[in-house]
Amino acid sequence: METLELTQEEQFQARIDEDIRIEPKDWMPEAYRKTLIRQISQHAHSELVGMLPEGNWITRAPSLKRKSILLAKVQDEAGHGLYLYSAAETLGASRDQMLADLHSGKAKYSSIFNYPTLSWADMGTIGWLVDGAAILNQVPLCRTSYGPYARAMVRVCKEESFHQRQGFEIMQTLCEGAPEQKAMAQEALNRWWWPTLMMFGPKDADSPNTEQSMKWRIKRFTNDELRQKFVDMMVPQAEFLGLTVPDDKLQWNEAKQGYDFGDVDWAEFWDVVKGNGPCSRERLQARTDAWEQGAWVREAALAHAAKRKQRAEAA
Amino acid sequence: MYASTQSIALPDVAPEVRQHLFEYVLQLADTSLILAHRLSEWCGHGPILEQDLAMANISLDLLGEARSYYQYAAELEGRGRTEDDLAYLRSAVEYRNPLLVEQPNGDFAQTIVRQFLYDCFHYHLLLQLQASPDRHLAGIAEKSVKEAAYHIKWSAEWIIRLGDGTDESRRRVEAAIASLWRYSGELTTPTPTEQALQAAGFLPDYAAIQQQADTQVARVFEEATLTVPQGVFMQKGGKTGRHSEHLGYLLTELQYMQRAYPGMKW
Repeated sequence: METLELTQEEQFQARIDEDIRIEPKDWMPEAYRKTLIRQISQHAHSELVGMLPEGNWITRAPSLKRKSILLAKVQDEAGHGLYLYSAAETLGASRDQMLADLHSGKAKYSSIFNYPTLSWADMGTIGWLVDGAAILNQVPLCRTSYGPYARAMVRVCKEESFHQRQGFEIMQTLCEGAPEQKAMAQEALNRWWWPTLMMFGPKDADSPNTEQSMKWRIKRFTNDELRQKFVDMMVPQAEFLGLTVPDDKLQWNEAKQGYDFGDVDWAEFWDVVKGNGPCSRERLQARTDAWEQGAWVREAALAHAAKRKQRAEAA
Repeated sequence: MYASTQSIALPDVAPEVRQHLFEYVLQLADTSLILAHRLSEWCGHGPILEQDLAMANISLDLLGEARSYYQYAAELEGRGRTEDDLAYLRSAVEYRNPLLVEQPNGDFAQTIVRQFLYDCFHYHLLLQLQASPDRHLAGIAEKSVKEAAYHIKWSAEWIIRLGDGTDESRRRVEAAIASLWRYSGELTTPTPTEQALQAAGFLPDYAAIQQQADTQVARVFEEATLTVPQGVFMQKGGKTGRHSEHLGYLLTELQYMQRAYPGMKW
């Protein structure tokens, strides 16, 4: 048995090394399955919880056009949640169980959504920075080794790039507007810059799962590589907007052809991961409330479907 | 200052008819916007992810419809106001939506009943408006009626599920009907503006629409094993600016940015 297992695993790894997709019915190591379920469901939960900070401004959007774009964007996030829950279901996880893990606090979601949205400029900043960071994280996942996940990510990424453009456009409109509007944009950037850098996860040295995940090609760049790419991409955009990145250590490094930048406040990062973010309780409460208050609706739908089936069978 | 960007010419009518048309189109716009706004309050808080998506979808349809009406109303008025001026800078007493659509979301049953009662009217109205001699209005109706057909399918299915689901869902949907039915009569009770437009041939007779809506309600309620209320006193006033107290709060939120930062571009 021992030899056979090893052979299966070797064959599995060989497929991955050749960039052949793993499909739901293929043999896979239990650890691969578990890691993927954790990663995909975390991603799905992030989409679901991520609806809340932006949803907070739908009723206050400053124009009919903005209201419509924002609502469509948050709706897209619900759609992404659906694709991703479905992808995780192909690995044998049930949506109800994944949601139960979210509600109990066992499953995590992106820490960024535990920060509050305080001004309209936050809608611009989230689209521009947070979706920008998400795209960097997600584009490589379109080539991830697990087929259903990769295919879900292709759809997600198409919509995310539209989201990022609309966020940048909100920022641009603010920066070209009245002084109060530009100040609003700068204030939002000040609040979101560091939490966005935290979205790439702990430093490589503190990220024990990275090596295995890279080997399985469910992760294709390390956290620090992606963080560097993000800073290099965003600093010129901030300059274009006339905004100042709130990091006094930020400096172009000619030798590495990239920016040097200050260190993230890792104590804050771990506090938020442990559930002590400024809105952690509120976000989880909002999701739990929606679930519990919707229980009677789901029960009614099931009961009605059962009655229909019974009548059809009796007829 | 203000140039028309629309390809369809404005109707060639007497100034007072044009004023009535402006007021009526604004009423349609306010109605779609307020209901869209209410539905958007559900976003992220729905009972099932799929229904979160459905409500956002309907909200987006209604928002799109509202924008078409506001843009057309601004043209009819011809004073350089924009869709946003009309939506964001009018007070509650100037709003012309019927009382039904401004009622709070309540539980999912309240939202569904409000939606279904409105959909029954909205769908049949749009079917008729497609034939309006105002080609611009007819064009908006033609586009919107396809969406409204989906809305009514969705809300009718939920009325049936909730009515013929569990004891609790039945109790909740009955309570919602008991609280919202009294706002359904206003939809087909013409205001002086609507009467004038009916007389001028721009609007259909509401008796026929009411009959079609009633038939549809009766059919769906029967399948849902629910009883159609009889002899309920009908509230009205929203369409002439006499709203419930809920609208002021809704507009406070809706208009916050435009009121706090006047005259800016977003």
